[in-house]
Amino acid sequence: MSGAPAIEVDQVSKRFRVFREKPTSIKQRLLTSHSRAEDLWALREVTLDVREGSTFGLIGHNGSGKTTLLKCIAGILRPTSGTIRQRGRLAALLELGAGFHPELTGRENVYLNASFLGLSRKQTDAAYEDIVAFAELEDFMDNQTKFYSSGMLVRLGFAVAVHVDPDVLLIDEVLAVGDEAFQAKCIDRVRAFQREGRTIVLVTHALDTVREICDRAAMLHHGRLHALGAPDDVVREMRYVLLGVTDPGFVPEEGTREVEIAEVHLVRANGASEGPVLRGDPLTIQVDVRTNTPVHDLDVDVAVLDGATNHPVLDARTSRAGIDLGRLDGKKRVRFKVPAFPYQPGKYWVTVGLSSRETGHLYHVQTQRYLFEVVDAPRVQERVEVPVQTEVEDL
Amino acid sequence: MPVDLPMAATVQTVERTSESPRLRVGERLRVLLAHREILLNLVRKELKVKYAASVLGAVWSLLNPLVFLLVFTFVTKVLGTAIPSYPVYLLSGLLAWNLFSASLGAGARSVLDNANLVKKVAFPREILPLSAIGVALVDYVLQSAVFLAFILVSGYGFHVPELALLPLAFVTLLAVTAALTFWLAALNVRYRDVGHLLQIALLVWFWGTPIVYAGALVQRRLAELPLVWELYLLNPLATTIGGLQRSLYGVVERDGTAVLFEVSLGWLAAALVAVLAASVVLLRLTWGYFFTRSGDFAEEL
Repeated sequence: MSGAPAIEVDQVSKRFRVFREKPTSIKQRLLTSHSRAEDLWALREVTLDVREGSTFGLIGHNGSGKTTLLKCIAGILRPTSGTIRQRGRLAALLELGAGFHPELTGRENVYLNASFLGLSRKQTDAAYEDIVAFAELEDFMDNQTKFYSSGMLVRLGFAVAVHVDPDVLLIDEVLAVGDEAFQAKCIDRVRAFQREGRTIVLVTHALDTVREICDRAAMLHHGRLHALGAPDDVVREMRYVLLGVTDPGFVPEEGTREVEIAEVHLVRANGASEGPVLRGDPLTIQVDVRTNTPVHDLDVDVAVLDGATNHPVLDARTSRAGIDLGRLDGKKRVRFKVPAFPYQPGKYWVTVGLSSRETGHLYHVQTQRYLFEVVDAPRVQERVEVPVQTEVEDL
Repeated sequence: MPVDLPMAATVQTVERTSESPRLRVGERLRVLLAHREILLNLVRKELKVKYAASVLGAVWSLLNPLVFLLVFTFVTKVLGTAIPSYPVYLLSGLLAWNLFSASLGAGARSVLDNANLVKKVAFPREILPLSAIGVALVDYVLQSAVFLAFILVSGYGFHVPELALLPLAFVTLLAVTAALTFWLAALNVRYRDVGHLLQIALLVWFWGTPIVYAGALVQRRLAELPLVWELYLLNPLATTIGGLQRSLYGVVERDGTAVLFEVSLGWLAAALVAVLAASVVLLRLTWGYFFTRSGDFAEEL
């Protein structure tokens, strides 16, 4: 992991010419004037780089240009302007089971597909047992794949894909296939790729996956780079956009930092600060602050937003509780205790703010930085005696 | 950990810009060589699919020339023919023609038919037309084996100095075929007329080449029209297939009937070298065209 960029995308734009009806014959081409073609800019001056050995998440809603960017990096599409530099051997998983043919057996398709992903025959030989075991298709490899179910095809395609051996791996949404158990297996493989020091670019709609496994992320919006940075921040920005609140001025963190938020813990009923919160359980938002210069008018506030609607469901501040923190020099811990969190299961964001009680001046605000999930208490069915009336009737 | 360090030592940086790629033959040949596995697998796939669920499989390929030979041997025995040893004459040209027309037909469709691969997978696009040629080549080799065996077994025999022309004629045939296949494959992406046009062109071309009729016949008819005769010879397949016929059929004249072009072996060899040189130049041009256009295939499909 030298930290040098494995991929540099420099001012890349991609224009597609969209014909109302694409002229595909000489006659049509002669009769159709070029002015009828409309320009569609799938990418506009996108600049970003992916460091060697890092995992980069690319998000954005449908049609935002994610896949186009990935195809440009892979060399399938040519940028209209700009430059892409890419170091090392690259494999692009844009589709599972590329080249699969229904008349071929599972085994033959593995070799065909593997060659498209850059594996030599020897490498495929060596990985073959692993591939079959990963796909869990030991008994079907000599059957033609036209007899496979769609699930089996997906498993086989993915099994080959995860045995590729590139320096740079581009993955387009292919993790989103299969059942939950298979997906977990896929995520495990991605983590293994990470440990092996490979560079990964991941296009996905699964925002939680980005938060979990990516080092950095970028969000594309109508072909432009809309956000670039830590996955948490980019995902949060994505959520705003998904909700229709396009806020180009979104600032995840701001303030003059006379006082700083040192640490925030969302303490569950069992004392842990990880894991789901049971609905109806107590929850403590614990904020540790640290001064850089002494202040005398600190007001600490927290707000909880419903992740589904982005509406605030709860807020509290020290001044409203009648607490005066006085002259502050050093560290302080503030606890906001919710005796029973009453809201529906789902995800909730926490915003923490430090401001001046007198002027409202912002010392430090972290907007929607912390996340917790509320789940319903598991149902426990206790067996009790239920009286049953038994009747017989003549018909 | 499967990160192999020798590879890491030779990490290559690829730069992609809006510039159309320029073909550098040596470099590109190395790339193609590195991806030969795809080519072999695609050819294997086509052959398997072609004979899937058939009991005899590739035997059908062999049966075709065999039946041809038997039927024509029988028919010419019964009905007589203008060309002596007609089965040998016919197949010495027809097998080569089949290689040529099958390559062009499948090659022209190769990029279109694999649109899904082209849009989703990065690999050297040349592999698609090359695999079309590869499939035709396998059939050609199998059928030629049957044909050569027939020449031996039937007592027709080989003609030694003429046989030496075979490798040259074969390589020339391959060069002509590859040059045109690259061109058609790239052109067909933009103009879908190519497929239809090709069917008609091949039909005309077939009859413009001495395969079923005797080349000597044309030469005699055109003896007073040297310009037309020269035009006729501009057909590279007339020379190429003429070369194959000379090497396998062996004699210009048999039983008092002129069959092949009445030219010396040296003249024919020189003509073949000329066609080969022209084809190699053409191949460089059409390959360059294909390579430059291939950057936009994914977009145009």
